Amino acid sequence: MLNTQPNLQACDDFYEALIATHQGLSTPESHAMNARLVLLLANHIGDQATLQHALQLARGSAVPTADRRTTPAITPVVPTHAVAA
Amino acid sequence: MNPRDIPPEAFHASGAEVQALDFGYVRSPDQDHATPAQHPVVVIGAGPVGLSLAIDLAQRGQRVVVLDNDHKLSIGSRAICFAKRTLEIWDRLGVGQRMVDKGVSWNLGKVFLKDEQLYEFNLLPEEGHERPAFINLQQYYAEAYLVERALQLPGIDIRWHNKVTAVQSRDGGALLSIDTPDGAYQIDAQWLVACDGARSPTRQMLGLESKGRIFQDRFLIADVKLADEANFPTERWFWFDPPFHPNQSVLLHRQPDNVWRIDFQLGWDADPEEEKKPENIIPRVKALLGADAQFELDWASVYTFACLRMDQFVHGRVVFAGDSAHGVSPFGARGANSGVQDAENLAWKLDWVLKGRASPALVATYGPEREYAADENLCNSTRATDFITPKSEVSRLFRDAALHLAREHAFARRIVNSGRLSVPATLYASPLSTPDTDAFVGTQVPGAVLLDAPLTKQGQPTWLLRELGPDFTLLVFGPAPAWTRDLPGVKVLQIGIDVTDHQARAAQRLDALPGTAYLVRPDQHVCARWRTPTEAAVRSALAHATAAAL
Ligand SMILES: Cc1cc2nc3c(=O)[nH]c(=O)nc-3n(C[C@H](O)[C@H](O)[C@H](O)COP(=O)(O)OP(=O)(O)OC[C@H]3O[C@@H](n4cnc5c(N)ncnc54)[C@H](O)[C@@H]3O)c2cc1C
Repeated sequence: MLNTQPNLQACDDFYEALIATHQGLSTPESHAMNARLVLLLANHIGDQATLQHALQLARGSAVPTADRRTTPAITPVVPTHAVAA
Repeated sequence: MNPRDIPPEAFHASGAEVQALDFGYVRSPDQDHATPAQHPVVVIGAGPVGLSLAIDLAQRGQRVVVLDNDHKLSIGSRAICFAKRTLEIWDRLGVGQRMVDKGVSWNLGKVFLKDEQLYEFNLLPEEGHERPAFINLQQYYAEAYLVERALQLPGIDIRWHNKVTAVQSRDGGALLSIDTPDGAYQIDAQWLVACDGARSPTRQMLGLESKGRIFQDRFLIADVKLADEANFPTERWFWFDPPFHPNQSVLLHRQPDNVWRIDFQLGWDADPEEEKKPENIIPRVKALLGADAQFELDWASVYTFACLRMDQFVHGRVVFAGDSAHGVSPFGARGANSGVQDAENLAWKLDWVLKGRASPALVATYGPEREYAADENLCNSTRATDFITPKSEVSRLFRDAALHLAREHAFARRIVNSGRLSVPATLYASPLSTPDTDAFVGTQVPGAVLLDAPLTKQGQPTWLLRELGPDFTLLVFGPAPAWTRDLPGVKVLQIGIDVTDHQARAAQRLDALPGTAYLVRPDQHVCARWRTPTEAAVRSALAHATAAAL
């Protein structure tokens, strides 16, 4: 489950660093940086249920399901021989 | 000419000669029957799926009629990438080696962004598999070798120039009306399998539908024959936004005969008629290969793609397989590959039912198993298509972010989706599987295709998949208990006794300990496994796997 209790060690420092990191970037560059940041942090978290919960909270309304007929019960697990690096 | 009189070397000729093969019309005695002749199995369509199915059935001793409205192999080059699993199935059908000998084997892929290589990947990074991750082979060659094989089998009656014009389904079979160059006739099938391609006239004649998404994009496919040996290695190269084709993607693949497949994304606004003109294609190809490149255009076409499937693949005695049942976008090479897996799933079930060894409930399980596999394929190919052609500004933003990070970070490479290449579906929820009662690790869960492994038999090298029986196989690591010899129709293969796992790869891939047993279906999917099998458990799993217990 996603931890929404205070967890940032230095929340003001982080917030300042976040804004500072965007300094001098155009709006499209900032958007691109944010997207990379989301992917980096998501990989760090790793756990699908936690991420799903975060997506839900961030959106603030129900997350629409992908436009597919059925979602496989289990994300297809590729055989070891086919796992791309 | 009667196709059976075509000399064998004709099937081994050049691409142009193979494509020119014309299978003549031969009048069937059925056409002179007063009442429709009866047949146990009729297959509509002699594409890769119909042919694979017919060969499998005939090898099992069944008589099969294959009807095709055409009299030639597939025109131009459609499918080129045939997956490891398809080759393993074709090995069982006696044509795998033929395909590998002619095809171009490859395991490596490279992904580029603009003019820079982001990373490369190996689809088969481990040793100890007989077949490569993929071969590239023009579809007409693959079909030629399948037709050649089919003609060797006495049980198959392929009728070219036989167009199915009406299908009447009824309890216990289907009545078919067929047009030929010298008139119409009817036949009656106990089982009918429609392998009649994406437009499936059978589907339409029965008033059934295939539903899904059509992608608003167009792709130019150009097959070019280079004058000299090219500088490109035998790898799959995929570019996002290359300088020679800005804002779009490009895919490059090597085929036999020094032919290269180049796949240019064009966008939805492109005019297909204009794009198909050689004067428009040649500059695009030169931009990729270099202004001095010497080549001939072998084949070109403009495609749009859809992801579609029928709700149900089994309708009484009429079964749909291959493109008639489902259609996927080509990123990932999942069309023919998944269709051949349909064929192998169906063949043994039909055989068992026709021989009275199982009830029609067994054929009915083809439906949920392959519908699940189709969903997995559709899901993968839809996701790949969405990654390659982002549908919104934000999806492009994240796509580009993933590409940007992929240069340096391994995690992001796994997000980049230029087509998840075809792997066999693991039938997790198969009604034919017996759930595990013992603990195992790894991928070889009930429902998975058995992984291959190198073995030796009497000192000679062999492969695990080649040692499986035509029906069920019980693999036992170590000596098999005496009662296993009385299991009906089950080949018992003792690893360490009948064959040697000299590199211990079978044991490692199957997480096996001494005494471990795997029950493997005729289509080489695992259906049950135990640390210490008992006769009652194995018999019950067998009953389950043949739908006797459903
Ligand atoms: C450009 C392109 C690239 C592709 N690349 C790949 C790839 O790399 N890998 C891959 O796996 N797949 C690929 N595919 C998909 C692949 O070509 C198809 O999935 C495959 O051909 C499907 O085989 P099939 O036997 O189901 O149908 P088809 O090959 O379409 O065969 C259907 C047969 O039915 C016959 N028929 C139709 N109507 C009737 C009738 N009324 N009576 C009698 N006979 C009839 C037709 O003549 C035909 O012979 C690609 C497709 C395209 C277009």
